[in-house]
Amino acid sequence: MGCGTSVATETQGKRVERDEAVQTPGPALTMKAAVLIQRWYRRYMARLEMRRRYTWNIFQSIEYAGEQDQLQLSSFFSFMLDNFTQLNGNGPDLISQLLDPVVDPWLDREICYSLILVPESYSGPRLSFPLSVSDTNALLAAFKEQQTLHARYVLQLLYETKKLLKQMPNIIHLSTSYTKEITICGDLHGRLDDLLLIFYKNGLPSAETPYVFNGDFVDRGKKSVEVVILLFAYLLLYPDNMHLNRGNHEDYIMNLRYGFTKEVMQKYKTHGQEILQLFQDVFSLLPVATVIDGKILIVHGGISDQTNLDFLSSIERHKVSGNNQLCLIVVHLIECFHLEQIVDVLWSDPKIQEGCSPNTFRGGGCYFGPDVTQRLLLQHGLQLLIRSHECKQEGYELCHGGQVITIFSASNYYEEGSNRGAYIKVGRELVPRFYQYQVSRTTRKLTLTQRVRAAEGSALRALKEKLFAHRSELMCGFQEYDQNYTGRVSVSEWALVLEAVLRLDLPWRTLRPHLARLAPDGSVEYQSCFEDMGPGIPLPQVTSNLAETLFRYRTDIEIIFNIIDKDHSGLISIEEFRHTWRLFSAHLGVAIDDSAIDDLARSIDFNKDGSIDFTEFLEAFRVVHKLDSKDPHLSEKMSRKKYS
Amino acid sequence: MMSQTDETPAVAKRRDNNMAESNNQSAETKLSDVHKRIKAAFETFDNAANNTVDVREIGTIIYSLGCFPSQADLHDFIAEVEEDHSGYIHLDRFLPAMTKVLLEHKFPPIPKDLLLQAFEVLDKDNKGYLEPEELTKYMTQEGEPFTQEEMEEMLTGLADHERNVIYYKDVINQLAIDPDM
Repeated sequence: MGCGTSVATETQGKRVERDEAVQTPGPALTMKAAVLIQRWYRRYMARLEMRRRYTWNIFQSIEYAGEQDQLQLSSFFSFMLDNFTQLNGNGPDLISQLLDPVVDPWLDREICYSLILVPESYSGPRLSFPLSVSDTNALLAAFKEQQTLHARYVLQLLYETKKLLKQMPNIIHLSTSYTKEITICGDLHGRLDDLLLIFYKNGLPSAETPYVFNGDFVDRGKKSVEVVILLFAYLLLYPDNMHLNRGNHEDYIMNLRYGFTKEVMQKYKTHGQEILQLFQDVFSLLPVATVIDGKILIVHGGISDQTNLDFLSSIERHKVSGNNQLCLIVVHLIECFHLEQIVDVLWSDPKIQEGCSPNTFRGGGCYFGPDVTQRLLLQHGLQLLIRSHECKQEGYELCHGGQVITIFSASNYYEEGSNRGAYIKVGRELVPRFYQYQVSRTTRKLTLTQRVRAAEGSALRALKEKLFAHRSELMCGFQEYDQNYTGRVSVSEWALVLEAVLRLDLPWRTLRPHLARLAPDGSVEYQSCFEDMGPGIPLPQVTSNLAETLFRYRTDIEIIFNIIDKDHSGLISIEEFRHTWRLFSAHLGVAIDDSAIDDLARSIDFNKDGSIDFTEFLEAFRVVHKLDSKDPHLSEKMSRKKYS
Repeated sequence: MMSQTDETPAVAKRRDNNMAESNNQSAETKLSDVHKRIKAAFETFDNAANNTVDVREIGTIIYSLGCFPSQADLHDFIAEVEEDHSGYIHLDRFLPAMTKVLLEHKFPPIPKDLLLQAFEVLDKDNKGYLEPEELTKYMTQEGEPFTQEEMEEMLTGLADHERNVIYYKDVINQLAIDPDM
């Protein structure tokens, strides 16, 4: 460019065309330059948005696929029941062990918690019942400081909550008033930060600030215990202004699978089992629906074409477990219909097309169309259905012509930056208003690039694990297209195999650069899909087929073991291990050599005492990502969190 | 990019099928690949699964397919394919229009050196960097102006954290890393 020249011709309003060789850039050139940069930058941002979208697709597909596995587990239970006569005398015990709930009448008596001594050294909140505002404030302060509430108070809190809930109907009816609005929140999934952010933005629950929390308080997040304790505490404090609906995660089997059980056992080593039992009792007593002014219906999942609010009001809800498959097995036809009413309300999802079809993804409830919504609203004189159950990028979403609202309150659900959380406020005029937020962990604002990159990394890692878990099937598929064993297939063939085996509806071509390498001729070197992953601990005695199967079903196996391991000691006998594994593999139709199982069992019994620490065993089947480098931004993250 | 090595006929055929740029490739396969790419990008924004997308997403879709249209170019494109100002664009009209764009390389990428020159034009004092206020002035007042949101994101993303200026040469190199397609 050089130094400026003397003649200034850039007068306002006049555009002087200048030769680009002239040293001082004229306005035309400046404009051209600006347009160029704008174009370039806009394209870059669009590419980011694209990546964000398909990252979202990955998370959703995998989440739903995980819930399909739930179906697998449940069908295993029915398989077991059908075949229990073949269990060589161990049968009936094993079944009853698995399916009968541990009913401890002792837990119903007040003495259970009053016998627990709280040591002088305990510095956490000491609750006194009936609760007062100072108790809930103490809980808030303690949880912000990462303290744990003593087991004695947890049990007492749960006991009092159970007493209160027993008096409540299945459907709670609320009224708005001219002076206060009702706040409705969706899934929290153990995200304490989101709950605290809502309280910060919107106010603590009180007579002036009534709340409805629409289920799924626990599982997945790390602070489920704290979240649910706070919610129950406010319920006890303001029973007329705090309302909790049951979600599909307020359930025994879901908790085993998605982390709540584990969290409780980790935080409460001595009394964990009793606490869990009381939690299950309380969960089963949670109301299933809330209605505001007879016009707005709030349920966790949705509805079906069989949903009838009058009938729903009349069921004995606590007798019904939220998990339909397990119950369908144990409870036969007579109570089936009751069960389905509740399952529908807790598990259904809206769909775009008309009609009502079974929700095969979730393994329970339905997909309900706009006509089903319309019919139900008309039938009961309602004008709006508010539900949760599905994560939405903006924290909320309308469908069915605005007659259905999905509200989701766990921000960054899949990964940092993946989505916002939201809540609804509704006043006398019954017009919903939406409030969004996003919890941010760093004190420095993350750019969109950083957020997308973080979310993408997480999604891709999860996706690669899926590939790893299906390695043999995928290799078979690839080899069908590669009869000459060149190690390569075309991009189209590669995409076809992935889609057929994994059954995830994803843009495989777009994802290809992250998953597999190209050969110089443009074809895919399919082995490269599995290169940077490996099992946690090498198991030289185990055949690769067994390792892969164990890896793929590790969550299910963990659940089954947890059920067998009633005292949650983390140990099961070799006999039980062998037995359950044989059953499971027979059910899956996987040909596993019996002696291979025995070898495996013996090799895991490290101290040769006839019992297996299955937690350690399962650790072996976590996938290690060999190319995992420490995210440089992680080191910048402060432990203090900032609410944005 | 591609070197001729000894290869079996099967490998050669596969190579041809994969090189979209290759002259040996049959026009049919090339066209089908292009169609697949366009459909995949389109589907990502097709929330209602009915082969339509909101017209406001078209820019993102076109950019993601590797094109660099200006706002004026986008405007013209949309006018061609929109369903009578309904706010929606149907795949039936988008597909042929976009295919044409891709096959004719209608909105080619901006070469790095041209981009550098553009920044240098704006850097009137030849400092090697731009102050946030300078860049803001140009981006929001000149050409096809940015919204406030776009400007904020650009400044957060591109500014050097310590000095709070934009070292455009580094930025161009950083943002040029493009692993997709």
